[in-house]
Amino acid sequence: MKMNKMEEIWMIIAVGLIIIAMGITGYQAFAMGMGPPSHQEHIDPQAIESHPEFSEPGVYELGDNQYEVIMTLQAFEFQPGEITVPEGAEVTFRMATKDVVHGVNVPHTNLNTMVVPGFIQEITQTFHEAGEYIMVCNEYCGVGHHMMSATITVEE
Amino acid sequence: MKKPLKIVTSNTLALTNFATAFALLLVGGFLGLVQGLNRAGVLEIVGGINYYEVLTLHGILLILAFTTLFMNGYLWSAVDYVLGGLTKGIRMLGWVAYGLFMFGSILVVIMVLAGEATVLYTFYAPMAASPWFYIGLVFVVLNIWLSGIGVFISAFRWKRRNKGAHLPLFAFFAVGVYVLITFSTMFVAAEVFYIIPWAFGWIDTINVMLTRTLFWAFGHTLVNVWYLVAVSAWYMVLPKVIGGKLFSDSLARAVVILIVVLNVPGGFHHQIVDPGFSEGLKFMHLFMSLAIAVPSLLTAFALFATLERTGRRRGGKGLLGWFWKLPWYDVRFLAIMLAMISFIFGGAGGIAQTNNQLNQVVHNTLWVVGHFHVTVGVAVVLTFFGLVYWLIPHLSGRVLTKKIHNLGIWQTMFWTVGMLFMTLSMSYVGLLGSPRRTEYTTYGGSETALAWDPYLLFVGAGGTLLMVGIVLIVYIVFHLMFLAPKGYTEFMVVEEQEEDAHKTPKWTENWGLWVIVAILIISMGYVVPLVDLIGNAPPGSPPIRTF
Ligand code: HEM
Ligand SMILES: [Cu+2]
Repeated sequence: MKMNKMEEIWMIIAVGLIIIAMGITGYQAFAMGMGPPSHQEHIDPQAIESHPEFSEPGVYELGDNQYEVIMTLQAFEFQPGEITVPEGAEVTFRMATKDVVHGVNVPHTNLNTMVVPGFIQEITQTFHEAGEYIMVCNEYCGVGHHMMSATITVEE
Repeated sequence: MKKPLKIVTSNTLALTNFATAFALLLVGGFLGLVQGLNRAGVLEIVGGINYYEVLTLHGILLILAFTTLFMNGYLWSAVDYVLGGLTKGIRMLGWVAYGLFMFGSILVVIMVLAGEATVLYTFYAPMAASPWFYIGLVFVVLNIWLSGIGVFISAFRWKRRNKGAHLPLFAFFAVGVYVLITFSTMFVAAEVFYIIPWAFGWIDTINVMLTRTLFWAFGHTLVNVWYLVAVSAWYMVLPKVIGGKLFSDSLARAVVILIVVLNVPGGFHHQIVDPGFSEGLKFMHLFMSLAIAVPSLLTAFALFATLERTGRRRGGKGLLGWFWKLPWYDVRFLAIMLAMISFIFGGAGGIAQTNNQLNQVVHNTLWVVGHFHVTVGVAVVLTFFGLVYWLIPHLSGRVLTKKIHNLGIWQTMFWTVGMLFMTLSMSYVGLLGSPRRTEYTTYGGSETALAWDPYLLFVGAGGTLLMVGIVLIVYIVFHLMFLAPKGYTEFMVVEEQEEDAHKTPKWTENWGLWVIVAILIISMGYVVPLVDLIGNAPPGSPPIRTF
């Protein structure tokens, strides 16, 4: 199909910009390890209470300012509901839901992910700034959805 | 003797579709206002209905029901007009489709009002509604399939009668729209037929991620269908309204084909932060999502070329003189023009947020709600509004009066300003983390959440302006159907293309080929994840009711 000359120029510039955007996204994802949370481990949503790891939700220290949070989600609470870590801590959240789909967002950070029955989701966040953060459920999960939250305290 | 005026033969059917669509818009818009005021913190919802029931209805009535009925009314009229009438059998089919739609949607609405289906329009498993909710949805899908069949048969018969001729472009758009929506609804049909036995309790557990993936292959494509319906008006109606010509018939056909074949895999960008899919797969889907921008970029060029050339023919001089020569005081132009401008912003936001890392910032925040009220709420819906000023009087055998025309200008302003308030504040407060689909809350007085409140006030304010816009457009439609003076209103469809446009190549007509290409591209996107989800399925979930 033949195109108008100006139109060809426009398309080359526009498609070029899109390809650059893709390049940046790909570079960040694969070279800098900033890809979206994509953990692929299975878990039985009906057997979380007896799961060796998820039967005991809590904050675990792994090493030098490195923490792991084992977290369960259910209508309408996060467990643990209060998390305290020191400033600069690198925290890996391992999360599983006991009932419906939930979402997890900590405003003012890039921690934002879905937790879907059948899967363990994993996401790591470094808390550079001290302060009080909230973790909110950002996928509708039932009548009490707007009450589902937890706090993260980052101490100096 | 005067030649009889050419009209749409299935006008009663079309008017019935429009009347129902705008009645639903009135209800859906009112519910939107209720949500907006609640989130602004000024309205507590009481009286046996809760925020999430309201939101379920708002979503279903507006993104599914209003749009489907409008599409059927508008594109059936267009096909009827450009192909020289529909046969009696096809018109009957249209009525049957309408009947199925009404039956299905009444079932759905009853279930939601009864508190048996507070699952939002996405009905994510394992949250389970009454099985009758899903059965209602099946009937809505049947409406879409029958409406598509009516268009396909009419186009096919026309081709047989006019050997060698190109299908008129407006009908070509209609065929593209119904092919795409048929693809899209096949996914939701598969999902719903899997959910129904589970909701009845005949099977114990369901593969949650499979239903979610099927849903987005449908949901994403659906909104792109609404966009394609609006695009058809930008190519076919807008040049006629401003006294211009079509930029290029072959380019328009290429755009339709590209939108149809590239679209479905874009659904994956709703699952960028889901578990269970590898980063490599997500990156491939980023490519597939961004590819959808290409036909829109072609469209942007073609439409601006049409506007510029027409403005110059009307005497516009210099670099931008043509811009002011456009008929800004003609509501049929103004509404569509503002809709197209909004899409520049909506489309750019969409390209940004589909990039994986940026998506992680905005996913499921009010930013996303801002995004689709710009793209669907303005780019699509304001285009629809811009069509009623001539389409409804054409169908009802009446004419638009000066008074109603000017009321239309007000309507357009209320809608644009209301959406500006609402979407800008939603976008901003979304970047601050305020979640979507969430009743007003401060999470026990958290400082982060309290900081959202000033912006949320503007969501309520914008919603109030929008409600005025809804009341105005519903009145305008009612007036044009029943009260306006009798007379003949022309059907607006562009007839000429620019002299420098190239001849339309024959291959554009080959819909069999395009369907196959589309299936190949859909397979590229979905075979790997679906096979993995089924073959390597995680443990399933029983039905759960948390509402
Ligand atoms: C009076 C005009 C409108 C107002 C005031 C309004 C307001 C809102 C608000 C405040 C929300 C967000 C609720 C939340 O996430 O907590 C929402 C969601 C939504 N709106 Fe609108 N809206 C209007 C018109 C429309 C139109 C015309 C459409 C589409 C044709 C539309 C489609 C949707 C959809 C699909 C959702 C998402 C529902 C969900 O997340 O389940 N709205 N609307
Ligand atoms: Cu939740």
